[in-house]
Amino acid sequence: MPAPGMGNLFEQEPFPQAAHRELGNTQMRKNLRHATHTIRDKRLRVVGELPDWEQLRDAGSAIKNSSMINLEERLLEFEKNFTARGGVVHWARDADEANKIVTDLIKETGSTEVVKVKSMATQEIGLNEHLETQGIEAFETDLAELIVQLGHDKPSHILVPAIHKNRTEVRDIFLKEMPVVDPDLTDEPARLAEAARKHLRKKFLAAKVAISGANFALADTGTLGVVESEGNGRMCLTLPETLITVMGIEKVLPKWEDIEVFMQLLPRSSTGERMNPYTSLWTGVSEDDGPQNVHIVLLDNGRSRVLADKFGRSALNCIRCSACMNVCPVYERTGGHAYGSTYPGPIGAILSPLMTGIEAEDNGSLPYASSLCGACYEACPVKINIPEILVHLRGDDVDANRGKRKIPTQMDLLMKGGSWALGKGKNIGLLEKALPLGRLAAGKSKKIKKLPGIAAGWTQSRDIPAPPNKSFRDWWSDEKESK
Amino acid sequence: MSAKEEILGRIRSALADAPAAEDIPREYRTSSEMSEEQLIEMLVDRLVDYKAGVDVIDAAQIPALVAAKLGQASSVVYPHGLDTGWLSALPQGIARRIDEPGARLSVAELDETSAVVTSSAVSIAESGTIILDGEPDQGRRAISLVPDHHVCIVPVSTIVQLLPEAMPRLTVTRPLTWISGPSATSDIELERVEGVHGPRVLDVLLVRGL
Repeated sequence: MPAPGMGNLFEQEPFPQAAHRELGNTQMRKNLRHATHTIRDKRLRVVGELPDWEQLRDAGSAIKNSSMINLEERLLEFEKNFTARGGVVHWARDADEANKIVTDLIKETGSTEVVKVKSMATQEIGLNEHLETQGIEAFETDLAELIVQLGHDKPSHILVPAIHKNRTEVRDIFLKEMPVVDPDLTDEPARLAEAARKHLRKKFLAAKVAISGANFALADTGTLGVVESEGNGRMCLTLPETLITVMGIEKVLPKWEDIEVFMQLLPRSSTGERMNPYTSLWTGVSEDDGPQNVHIVLLDNGRSRVLADKFGRSALNCIRCSACMNVCPVYERTGGHAYGSTYPGPIGAILSPLMTGIEAEDNGSLPYASSLCGACYEACPVKINIPEILVHLRGDDVDANRGKRKIPTQMDLLMKGGSWALGKGKNIGLLEKALPLGRLAAGKSKKIKKLPGIAAGWTQSRDIPAPPNKSFRDWWSDEKESK
Repeated sequence: MSAKEEILGRIRSALADAPAAEDIPREYRTSSEMSEEQLIEMLVDRLVDYKAGVDVIDAAQIPALVAAKLGQASSVVYPHGLDTGWLSALPQGIARRIDEPGARLSVAELDETSAVVTSSAVSIAESGTIILDGEPDQGRRAISLVPDHHVCIVPVSTIVQLLPEAMPRLTVTRPLTWISGPSATSDIELERVEGVHGPRVLDVLLVRGL
């Protein structure tokens, strides 16, 4: 099995425990409900406009599958073309190696400050924290990332990391943390955006080094692309002398024409817009236009491990649109922090354990963070069958734990009992004779309020109605006799 | 073993049992039958939705419209390949700055410039997207980014309906910028607000007969 990923990919406590705590934050739940419902409606509207949406999904899914199956070839092709145009390619086995490469490249420039475009890959490897230990200050320039950074907070969504904060909370963070800010700042989003513009303008104009992620790399041309809204991406990709991009190896697409599919799928799935305001494409170094010192770090960090799982492989098709979390009933209530990892929501519940191994930290609890309702699969623009992979990973988790304990757990005993009861009609019939006992336990209220042992989880937030006097099978045979 | 060799080795062994790649079904729309008027109508609708200013004009009206759009500007930058006739009606008070090879404007100079005028390479009606490809009439990426007001000329002959129709008209190895409205953000409560770091005002002139 290839090496596991490291960095910010871990659930630090069992998901139910984290979820329970997060559910107590009623303000966050209100914010999330508002935001996820807004985006769902927008997404449905713009997706419904395209008569060929399903054909685009089919193409997107097949392009990704084919790219993953020929990944070695695609990466080498990309490297050749990017290098031919003056770019420099670096390879990083894991988070530590990527952090070191980026740090060394920054140090070579003599700069102690960098501007950053929002990037999941650098979030995953904990680049900002690493740079801080090396005396390099990283400035997040995406509005939501800025809110998170100024608020000393953690991202809770892959597209809008500050989704758990409402406008008033954002204003309060700006008033408290921005060195120069209008004290009469209101909580109007337009005013908040303007405050961010003023705050970052000088940084952009003076920056010598920028760090970005990439939404895709095109193998046949050596081109990289960044999809964004605010123009902070364009600032970082255009004005500095040095540009360092950190990108997961799964982001490579075979042919440049393939972006005609993904640039229809991605904006509509993520922000519910027909197109995002800005997309930048660059191929190595462009003479006389933009950074002249251009690097890319190709990051594995557990991705080859995902590739090795034939049931989980398609999780690498993810284009990070966040549609799955916006429609997920679990995410909507617990928020992103409950998942621990950089990747929350349904995709995170499969991606994190696949990248790290199911037995790492509490990542084995993530595949259970779902009701398996399938909304994520329906929304996924590249048709990743998330529910199926969740079930597969639950199996892996059970297998991983089975060997560890000598004494069977309550769950093992329950399963054994279930297997006996459901194995034969006679056996279940025997058990059904005990139904009146359940009525007795329910008492006058006709509700069972507390079950023992691990079954207590079921009655933690609901009652069980008293069982009927007799089972359906008994009733049926009585009916037949009386006829 | 180098990191590259090791990663490629991991990929190889991970895929040892993988089936061959399936054929890619490309049954999505790749051509359209819209008339010029329908294309204009659709593009205008999308751009207005993005809160861009839009005018549909004839080529002869360009100088007057450019002058009208830039009425409030104190200075304007333009790429060296731009038809300077388009700027001929600008009032004398507006400083004109050319950005050309060998005499590039600095970032600080661009920051002090209030507006920019460029042409464009191809536009997609269905998504309201204008693509700049760095040709001499569009210039370096920085000039259409730093000034706060972008006046963009879109020849009607460069409008297509679908993104796949735009692809053959582009050279991807050029630095490309796709613009769909003024800069915006959805980061606060997932509601779109126009105007962050890129130009906060985008005026598009759709020009017939160009």
